[in-house]
Amino acid sequence: MSKHGMRHAFLILLKRDLLLAVRNRGELVNPLLFYLIVATLFPLGVSPDPQTLATMAAGVLWIAALLATLLSLDNLFRSDFDDGSLELILLSPHPGVVLVLAKVLAHWLVTGMPLLVVTPLLAVLMAVPESARATLWLTLALGTPVLSLVGAIGVALTVGLRRGGALLSLLVLPLYVPVLIFGANAVGAAAAGLPVTGQLYMLGAFLVLALSLAPLATAAALRISID
Amino acid sequence: MWTFIHKLGSPRHFYRISGYLLPWLGWATALLLVAGLYGGLVKAPPDYQQGESYRIIFIHVPSAWMSLFVYVLMAAAGAVGLVWRIKLADVVAAASAPIGASFTFLALVTGSLWGKPMWGTYWVWDARLTSELVLLFLYFGVMGLHAAIEDKRTASRAAAVLALVGVVNIPIIHFSVQWWSTLHQGPTVSKLDAPSIHLSMLVPLLIMALAFKLFYFTVLLMRARTEVLERERASAWVRELARGT
Amino acid sequence: MTQAHEAPVQGSALEPILVVADLACFRGDRLLFRDLNFNLGAGRALQVRGPNGCGKTTLLRILCGLTEQESGNIHWCGRARARRDSDYLRDLRYIGHNDGVKLELTPRENLRVAMALEGGADEAALALALARLGLADFMDVACRTLSAGQRRRVGLARLTLGNARLWLLDEPFTALDNAATNAVRALIEEHLDGGGCAVLTSHQPLRIDAGKSASIDLGA
Repeated sequence: MSKHGMRHAFLILLKRDLLLAVRNRGELVNPLLFYLIVATLFPLGVSPDPQTLATMAAGVLWIAALLATLLSLDNLFRSDFDDGSLELILLSPHPGVVLVLAKVLAHWLVTGMPLLVVTPLLAVLMAVPESARATLWLTLALGTPVLSLVGAIGVALTVGLRRGGALLSLLVLPLYVPVLIFGANAVGAAAAGLPVTGQLYMLGAFLVLALSLAPLATAAALRISID
Repeated sequence: MWTFIHKLGSPRHFYRISGYLLPWLGWATALLLVAGLYGGLVKAPPDYQQGESYRIIFIHVPSAWMSLFVYVLMAAAGAVGLVWRIKLADVVAAASAPIGASFTFLALVTGSLWGKPMWGTYWVWDARLTSELVLLFLYFGVMGLHAAIEDKRTASRAAAVLALVGVVNIPIIHFSVQWWSTLHQGPTVSKLDAPSIHLSMLVPLLIMALAFKLFYFTVLLMRARTEVLERERASAWVRELARGT
Repeated sequence: MTQAHEAPVQGSALEPILVVADLACFRGDRLLFRDLNFNLGAGRALQVRGPNGCGKTTLLRILCGLTEQESGNIHWCGRARARRDSDYLRDLRYIGHNDGVKLELTPRENLRVAMALEGGADEAALALALARLGLADFMDVACRTLSAGQRRRVGLARLTLGNARLWLLDEPFTALDNAATNAVRALIEEHLDGGGCAVLTSHQPLRIDAGKSASIDLGA
């Protein structure tokens, strides 16, 4: 009974968050637009020359994805904190880890996935070489869940603060550095025709590590924030 | 036995005991610093490659070591505070953060100063300096979180979670940055990667490392004492202290 | 700093009993209360009174486990309550200051989530719970369109889901009109008659059968 209950709670909470996102449709599109606009700023600020673009494209797209995720993270727990739903979630007899995972999954589906959908378009805009486009997409597919998982820890720590936004960036961006390094590098390597399996394995390893440890830290941080 | 450990964790006894220890630690630190600096700046011979400018390693390297050591200690103290609710552990963690950040900053500055005679520029994005920079941001995160939460207990618990997450990430970040820097063929700062380091340089280096450790403990005790007074200001013994002296 | 007097011990050893011993609590730097002791037996309600800021809400949150006490312990049904005790949580319903209601969802959807979180899944029970609080006509409209009192009732509807024996209610009657207040009062009485117990804070007098209720004053 308890196993069934836990799975049911996970699915219902996931469904709830997706439903909330759909009913707040207007907000859904903000991180996506941010991603597009930030990427666009680089040709404007640096150079539209395809050679230059190709060199910096991987990094630019990765950084834009990072920042877009950061922007969207605040929604993860803020609304629940404000209306008392977070307390209900934490008072559930089901493990906090499972419930946190449901919310983070919903966040990725709503934020990370759209980024993935738009990336092929941006790849063309940023002159990413054909040979590297699949790698770019793959690194983002592996990396954006890590960004959501690790970012959730930062949000959980700052949800009780009034102006947690700036602090959130400080807390979370250093933790994003390894994902950025391997993700962007993989794309550069693919463009040069070099093998990328090593980098992809590293990203996969980060994902597994984040999946196992981040929800624990997030649940602990939530309980602390709500004390 | 249990009462002894309990006493050790009691802020009031800590305050008393640290008061006795502090002058000894202070003098020991001063002595070792003088010995180390003398050994490094005066007695050790000039490097055949870098001449006199290498001498900054006697400050740069121990600083870098300490920056990591203090972070690990801070995370460990935070963990103890989280799991066993020992107030003193929270105090140690809170007091350590700025000290560790200062060591990190010192490592960055000395690394940068070393860079000028070596590569003609004040900053290069090499593995060690970049890692230290990210470490500095991690420290700022912990300090920022401490400052942002009003209730000191909650702040300590939150900062402890963050420090533990950081501690897990530090090896990953370090490895990633190192890997990244090898790809870009940048110059490296390392004097120590040379086949072997001469004893006349190694000994002052180790003395400086020990001196820095003692320096950390001295300053930690000083900051911790203040932190304890502030956290326990509602309690009777602190009010007596304030009235008495 | 307050010391609170004991409420009389009630109930047999086998029935739900809440025993709170030597509870002390800090908020920020202030010691809110200490040496708080009380027992609560099956079928009894405890009203916590006191001026604003004396720790009524904090006491309820400590009983839930949301807030940590400085010292002291809590026993439920003869067992010491561990820090994250899922059996205890299953036996407990907490209504806090906030309704715990998502405005974009309908009352039915809100309750469905609450039910899943608390460990159950029964659509019929959802409808019944809402009907008992006079929300039968509003089950499928977004909570955003409901009044504050109606939203509070949606939050309170959680009480009748499942079989929680301990109800912790923080100002349950806020924003409720007379009819709703009576409905909630009836719910509480029914819960007590069924062998459950409740701890609640309220600025209003409880007006429950005196044999079933006791009170403590944190401000004394």
